[in-house]
Amino acid sequence: MQELKSFIIKEFRHIVRDKRALLILFVMPVILVILFGYAITNDINNAEIAILDNSKDELSIGLTNKIVSSGYFLQKASLQTNKELQEVFRSGKIKMAIVFPPGFAQTFYREKNVQIQLIADASDLNVAIALSNYAHSIIKDYQNELNKDLGQTLLFETTTKMLFNPEQKGVYMFVPGVLALIMMLISALMTAVSLAKEKETGTMRVITVSPLSPITIITGKVIPYLVISMIDTCIILLMAVFIFGMPINGNLFLLALVNLMFLFAALSLGIMIASFAETQQVALIMSIVLLFLPTVLLSGFIYPIKNMPLWLQVICQVSPAKWFIEAIKSVMIKGTGIQDIWMQLSVLLGMIIVMIRVSIVQSKKKVS
Amino acid sequence: MNTIEIKKISKVFGSKTALNNINMSIKQGELFGLIGADGAGKSTLFDILVTLSAATSGSASVHGFDVEKDAKNIRRIVGYMPGRFSLYQDLTVYENLNFFASIFGGTIEDNYHLIKDIYEHIAPFKERPAGKLSGGMKQKLALCCALVHQPKVLFLDEPTTGVDPVSRKEFWGMLKRLQEKGITILVSTPYMDEAVLCERIALIQEGEIMAIDTPVAIIKSFTHPLYSVKSKKLYQLLKDLRNFKETYSCYAFGQTVHLALKNQDTTAIIIQDYLHGLGHENIEIKSIDAGIEDCFMELMKKTAE
Repeated sequence: MQELKSFIIKEFRHIVRDKRALLILFVMPVILVILFGYAITNDINNAEIAILDNSKDELSIGLTNKIVSSGYFLQKASLQTNKELQEVFRSGKIKMAIVFPPGFAQTFYREKNVQIQLIADASDLNVAIALSNYAHSIIKDYQNELNKDLGQTLLFETTTKMLFNPEQKGVYMFVPGVLALIMMLISALMTAVSLAKEKETGTMRVITVSPLSPITIITGKVIPYLVISMIDTCIILLMAVFIFGMPINGNLFLLALVNLMFLFAALSLGIMIASFAETQQVALIMSIVLLFLPTVLLSGFIYPIKNMPLWLQVICQVSPAKWFIEAIKSVMIKGTGIQDIWMQLSVLLGMIIVMIRVSIVQSKKKVS
Repeated sequence: MNTIEIKKISKVFGSKTALNNINMSIKQGELFGLIGADGAGKSTLFDILVTLSAATSGSASVHGFDVEKDAKNIRRIVGYMPGRFSLYQDLTVYENLNFFASIFGGTIEDNYHLIKDIYEHIAPFKERPAGKLSGGMKQKLALCCALVHQPKVLFLDEPTTGVDPVSRKEFWGMLKRLQEKGITILVSTPYMDEAVLCERIALIQEGEIMAIDTPVAIIKSFTHPLYSVKSKKLYQLLKDLRNFKETYSCYAFGQTVHLALKNQDTTAIIIQDYLHGLGHENIEIKSIDAGIEDCFMELMKKTAE
């Protein structure tokens, strides 16, 4: 135990002293979540909108022209009734609607403020937020122009309403994929590279000629990355819940179990890679081929597996991330219990056993 | 009983034989040198003895433990210093030493008496990362790390390669003192001048042991008259001496040629006349005593024949 403890301390020292490792371990997860959450899904050019103008006066038409001519929005429809509004949202043709109340100009001049309602389709929450922000600032611009001419302070007040559509894909659907990617990066890649480093620099030889058993060495190597992966998982899940509104409908322990299972799969993959790779560079290249491509491309993270040709669908089955993403979506969004994801968990467990077995055989082969 | 016993060890990598039927015994408390050029098989033999790789055939034991069956026990009682600097470069001197003490279940203080002499040299730098030490310092730290658990047997694979001459000399002084403390030491080196510092040596070439004996006995076995010859043109000199009918063997040795003659009657004057006749200038001929390198070359020549 004493030996294991000093090995773990040594391992943490390596991590703390390696600035690049720290960046990958703690900054990368946050950046990835933000990138996927905001930057990548936000495409605000000619977003389709509908206008429900209940007054059709000079002011509402002026404001509509201003919004449409901004280049961010494309007016798809002019609506007459609230009923039409609901229909057009349901058909998915528009991302946002702007509703002017009856007697728009009149209220504005008389009561010095008037309400404009923005209704956004929040199934893509970031787009919805961005669109309403754009619209809001255009409306404020228009208000300021008017006030300048009038020499008075009259207000347009915007209220934003988000229409949620839980059954459809939401912004948080990227979270399981990012989780898989981060865990692969930390548990598999960092473990593989750091084990390969011990081989490359010859320290593995020295610690092999010591009472440390191979199991102690591997355990000591893996525990720090396991701990960091768990911290990162919590950070990502917290961000997902509090920033992107991802629900956790299932049992928290089940969620932890799914995460742990995938973590162990990632660690086993890292150990397996390290049993083949003699240098850090080889470990890195093997990791990219064996971790990133399957996790990003063959897991359903970015490209839906259903749309792939059959042979590629078959290949997807060996990507641990595919099973993890399925399981975690079930638990978090659908709120299912263990009875619905036992298959995913068993497949991951099977993968762990196979990978550990391969690592042992490969390491034994090296000695003789 | 011998501390290290090697019986008919062979190691084959694919089609290449790295070690061919090695037999060797090293006594308790001996400072034993394994002398050979790069690629002679020194490290391969070390790997087998410290249980890092398995022999293709044959058997070996260290301190009574079989290298195959009792690998675990061997790993507890040996200190091993690989050829390349193999400590954690990002850990400090102190952290490295502490780590190696603790993985053997001990502390630095437990066996401080053993490393004290050596550690005092590097103690002023104990907060420095090991990667930032000079070559000589690295080697001292590595020796400390190999010693900190008080091993019965020390395996040092080319400890002085890439180390400056002063540190090399110091290092051998340390080995002598360790030997006096009763530790059996097997050290390999490609430097022939270090051979005489060992109690006994084995000369190894292309996976075969050419001779095992004390350095003095090996030098004594060299019976040919030996001369150091110098002239203005080294290459021409070597070529001409090879064609000299009295030559037993000759090879370049730094800026001179070492010439071994077939029989005792040939004198320096005869060589001088021969070289003069071929137009050599500034000829210098000195009778010299054989060194380990001369013996090594002769043994190589014999093996080749």
